[in-house]
Amino acid sequence: MRHPEQETLLAVEESAATTAIASSGGKRDGPAVVLRGLHKSFGNQIVLDGIDLTVEDGETLAVLGRSGTGKSVLLKLIIGLQKPDSGSIGIHGQEITLLHLDALNEIRKKMGFLFQQAALYDSLTVEQNVAFPLKRHTKMTESEQGDRVKELLASVGMEGDLKKMPSDLSGGMQKRVGLARALALDPGILLLDEPTAGLDPITSGEIDELILKLQAEHHMASIVVTHDLHSAKTIADRLALLHEGKVQIEGSFKELEKSENAFVEEFLKRDS
Amino acid sequence: MMSPNARIPRRWTNLDAGQAALPLPSALVSVWSPINHFLEWFGDLGLFAWEVARSAVRRPFEGRELIRQLDEIGSRSFPLVALAGAAIGAVLSLESRYSLVRFGAKSMLPAALVYSIIRETGPIVTGLVVSGRVGAGIGAELGSMKVTEQIDAIEASGVNPFKFLAFTRIVACILMLPLLTLVADFCGVLFGWIAETLVEPVSFLSFLNKGFVGANFSDLLAPTFRTAVFGLIIGMIGCFQGMRAKGGTAGVGFSATSSVVLSSLFVILADVILVKFILVFFP
Repeated sequence: MRHPEQETLLAVEESAATTAIASSGGKRDGPAVVLRGLHKSFGNQIVLDGIDLTVEDGETLAVLGRSGTGKSVLLKLIIGLQKPDSGSIGIHGQEITLLHLDALNEIRKKMGFLFQQAALYDSLTVEQNVAFPLKRHTKMTESEQGDRVKELLASVGMEGDLKKMPSDLSGGMQKRVGLARALALDPGILLLDEPTAGLDPITSGEIDELILKLQAEHHMASIVVTHDLHSAKTIADRLALLHEGKVQIEGSFKELEKSENAFVEEFLKRDS
Repeated sequence: MMSPNARIPRRWTNLDAGQAALPLPSALVSVWSPINHFLEWFGDLGLFAWEVARSAVRRPFEGRELIRQLDEIGSRSFPLVALAGAAIGAVLSLESRYSLVRFGAKSMLPAALVYSIIRETGPIVTGLVVSGRVGAGIGAELGSMKVTEQIDAIEASGVNPFKFLAFTRIVACILMLPLLTLVADFCGVLFGWIAETLVEPVSFLSFLNKGFVGANFSDLLAPTFRTAVFGLIIGMIGCFQGMRAKGGTAGVGFSATSSVVLSSLFVILADVILVKFILVFFP
């Protein structure tokens, strides 16, 4: 929480951070994502209570946990949609919690975010949705943008639906378009919020395969928030289990299976 | 309260200083609660306006989106504003004729009609019609985008939603309200003449000559340009109510309704203040 007298000090730190990012030229120093001592509360409700996590380039981390344990909040903190109460968030060596908006937007361009309900712009067609980041952040010509959009939609198996509106698509198709939009700027980090939530098992399997394929093609660091253990097992290199605001356990699925932590055992048993 | 969005500066509260809130007697609570709620809302509106103003001076300037909004807010409000202006002009003409004939001042009808329309009726009718059509539209559209995380998606893609969504709509409202007012004024005078000429034929030119006797440019300009303030109010409140929507479809409905109610209320309030202001500077 910031007191007014802290604002001046923070502004100075913010300015220094912006200078640092400008001078670094956005180069990659260190792991893709490093979270240290992350705390977040809403009123009296403590959601995250000291989260420490690291995700390396090319690695996929699945964050599991019960509903309402702050998994989605964690992703929103990483992309700067919300600010932590305390703690640090490093993106390729750059601390982002003190950045002002322009510098933060530069970092955001290097991240893709798939929202839980896809969050496609409902007044735009599929094609326009995927082209949105390209129009805003690249100097591509219209025809180059068109080619890139077709390429992205082909990679998620939606090349035939360019002119459709989001309301004409099923949940699984919306997720695919959301993925294509998230990949438009070729991000180094992909954040996926419940990619298989609300989908039938077959479509969930297809989305998992798609994520695996895209990870292999783009070699991104990915953080997948899910409560679908099967999906997490399929797409993630490591898993982290969130409970009562803390990471209860972190490791491979086999390591989780060996855990004697009561909550971990209960979670795996319920989901198996 | 605003959403927990990071970039709107948070209000300073006594809880920040580590003090517990003092319990108030229940009678005081029932009086203080709505006042506190209003002050909170007003404070949040101020913070929102500050964010929009800050975003205005940053690149990119969103020219394409601004043009789209000028079309959406201006061109598409044209028929409704023209119709409202025409109806008011016709009704005013018929009602004024009846009153003026009673007092033997029938010849004053064109001047009474033109003055009434260009100085007050045209601007306020335009303000209220646009606050209904555009205020509800902005509140519902942004409210829907908010609850379906589309605004978060815009922000996550590195685009400033205060500029892309709010600033463009507010500027479009400010620019289009005076133009729409001219449309309402013209239709009002035209249909006032039609109503008059159906009872007692008179040429349009002669009607205008009599109507604008003694009028000067400030009689038209000052009231017309005060509607830019109405545009600011409609755009600001519509965007603010929309971007703080929460709670699914009910939240969207609330943001649309409250946008119309609040913007109409503040347009009327601003009209009273600005009329006094204009009378001081342009007596």
